[in-house]
Amino acid sequence: MIVAKGKPLEEIIEAVKDSQSILVAGCNECVTVCEAGGSKEVGVLAAALRLYFQNQGRKVQVGEITLQRQCDREYVSQAREEVEPYSVVISLACGVGCQFMAEEYATLPVQPGVNTLFMGGALERGVWSERCQGCGNCLLALTGGICPVARCAKRLLNGPCGGSTGGKCEISKEVDCAWHLIIERLKALGRLEDYEKIIPLKDWSTDRAGGPRKVVKEEVRL
Amino acid sequence: MSAKTPSRLERVLAAGHKAVTSECGPPRGSDPEVILRKARLIREHVDAVNVTDNQTSVTRLCSLASCVHLKLAGLEPILQMVTRDRNRIALQSDILGAASFDIHNLLCLSGDHQSFGDCAQGQNVHDLDSMQLIQTARHMRDEGRFLGGEEILRPPKMFVGAAANPFADPFEIRVPRLAKKVAAGAEFIQTQCIFNLEKFELWLSQARERGLLEKVYILAGLTPLKSAGMAKYMKNRVPGMDVPEEVVKRISGVPKEGQAQEGISICVEAIERLKEAPGVAGFHIMAIEWEEKVPEIVERAGLFPRPALD
Repeated sequence: MIVAKGKPLEEIIEAVKDSQSILVAGCNECVTVCEAGGSKEVGVLAAALRLYFQNQGRKVQVGEITLQRQCDREYVSQAREEVEPYSVVISLACGVGCQFMAEEYATLPVQPGVNTLFMGGALERGVWSERCQGCGNCLLALTGGICPVARCAKRLLNGPCGGSTGGKCEISKEVDCAWHLIIERLKALGRLEDYEKIIPLKDWSTDRAGGPRKVVKEEVRL
Repeated sequence: MSAKTPSRLERVLAAGHKAVTSECGPPRGSDPEVILRKARLIREHVDAVNVTDNQTSVTRLCSLASCVHLKLAGLEPILQMVTRDRNRIALQSDILGAASFDIHNLLCLSGDHQSFGDCAQGQNVHDLDSMQLIQTARHMRDEGRFLGGEEILRPPKMFVGAAANPFADPFEIRVPRLAKKVAAGAEFIQTQCIFNLEKFELWLSQARERGLLEKVYILAGLTPLKSAGMAKYMKNRVPGMDVPEEVVKRISGVPKEGQAQEGISICVEAIERLKEAPGVAGFHIMAIEWEEKVPEIVERAGLFPRPALD
C-alpha cells in the first residue's frame, strides 16, 4: 500500500486558517489501512479544526467526507455536490488522491493533509515499513526477494558497503542493512554463490529518471 | 603482474616493492596552499597520494581539482571518486577530466551517506555503485569506449582501485566481496584502517586461498591513533571500524602526553608485522589531519627511501 503520515496540525491550520468553509476528505484505501487518512482520521482532524475556529471565535463550517478512492476519477467526480459548496478541501489521501481531487475541482483549492511517504506494508500494528520505490524494472529475482533499491540507503546493487555493522545500516541502528538481509536470505535459499554475480548498471529510464510514467493497457481500454 | 598503465603506483607494485600511499583531505575553502602544504610534508615518503572526495559527506574543495594541484606540483595523485554525488555522465566526464591531466590512479567508492555531512537534506545519486564504477573505468580504459558505446578519443589510462573493509559485517562475505571487486576489474585495494591484525590476516589468508592475491594488489590501511579518546571514538562511533579492546587499553594506559607517540608506535608495529604477511603489497597510511607524522611512520617502519623509477 501507499503509506502516508498526517501533517502537523499547525501546518494544516496555517494553510486553511482564512477559509470560510472547509471539507476534510479522506480515502477508503491505503491511507485508511495505514491510519493516516480514513474516516477515523477525517473525524479527528475535523474536530480539531472546529475546536481551533471556536477558540478563535470564528464561525467556519468544517465538513467531512471519505471517498471510496481519491485516485479514481469516477469516485472523485461523483462527490461533486458534496465538495463544491466548500471553499477549500483538505485531502487526507496520498499525493495521488490529492492531485486527482485538484484536477477534478479546478477552481477549488485542495490542500494536502498528509505527507505521502512510500510503498510498504505493516510490520505490526502501528508500524509500517518501506518495501518498493517503483523503479519500473524489478530485480527482486536477483536479490533473494529483498529490494536494495528501496531498502539500502545508497541503493547499492552490489552491496553491502563498508558501513554495515551487526546487520544494521550506517545511517541508523534502527535500520536493517538490506544487503545483510539479502545475504541471509540467499544463504537460507542455498544460493549464497549468487552473491558473487555482479548486478550490471541499472537502466533507470523506467524510474523517476525517465520522466513521468504512464501505463497503457490497450486490451482493457473502453 | 606487469604494469598496464603509466601509473607510478602500479609500476612500483609491479616491480615488487612494498608501495606506500597516504591521503590528503582537501580544505573547506578554495586555498590550494592547504593541500600543497600537506603534500610537501609527505612527498618524499610516499609513492602516491589519495585525495578524498568530500569525505564524510562534508562539502570541500573537489577531489579532481585537488589532484590537479598535486599533479602540477609533481606528485602522483590517486583520485577518489564516490558514486554518491554524480551520475554516470558526470563520473565519465570527471574520469576524462582527470585523464586530461594525466592523473593515472582512480579509487572507486560509494561514499559515506550524506546524513553524516553538512548537507544532510541533500539527495544522493548512486546511479552506479562502486562495483559498477570499477567496471565503467575499466571499460573506458580497456575498450576505449564510453558506456554509451562511442569511441573515446585518447582513452583514460588509469590504474583502477577499490576499497575493502575486512571488518564490516557479515564477515563471511568479505572475501567473496573482494572477489567480486576483482572480477569487476579492481587492480588494487586499499583497506579500511586495520587495528585488528588477526582478523585482517584471516581475511588475507582466505583471499590467498581463493587465488585473489595473484590478481590484485592489497595495500593495508593504517591509521595512527592520536589519543585514547580517538581510539574509543573509532571503536564505538565509526561504522565498520574494528578497534580491539587491547588497543584501547594500551593507548589508555599511557599518560596523555605520551598517547600520540604510543599511537604511532602501534601503527609502526602493525606495519612491521604486516610487511611479513604474504600478499600485503603495500601500505596506505591515513594520518587524518596528522600528515606531518607520515614521514616518521614510514621511516620507522623501514619503508624509506621510496624506490626511484625510470
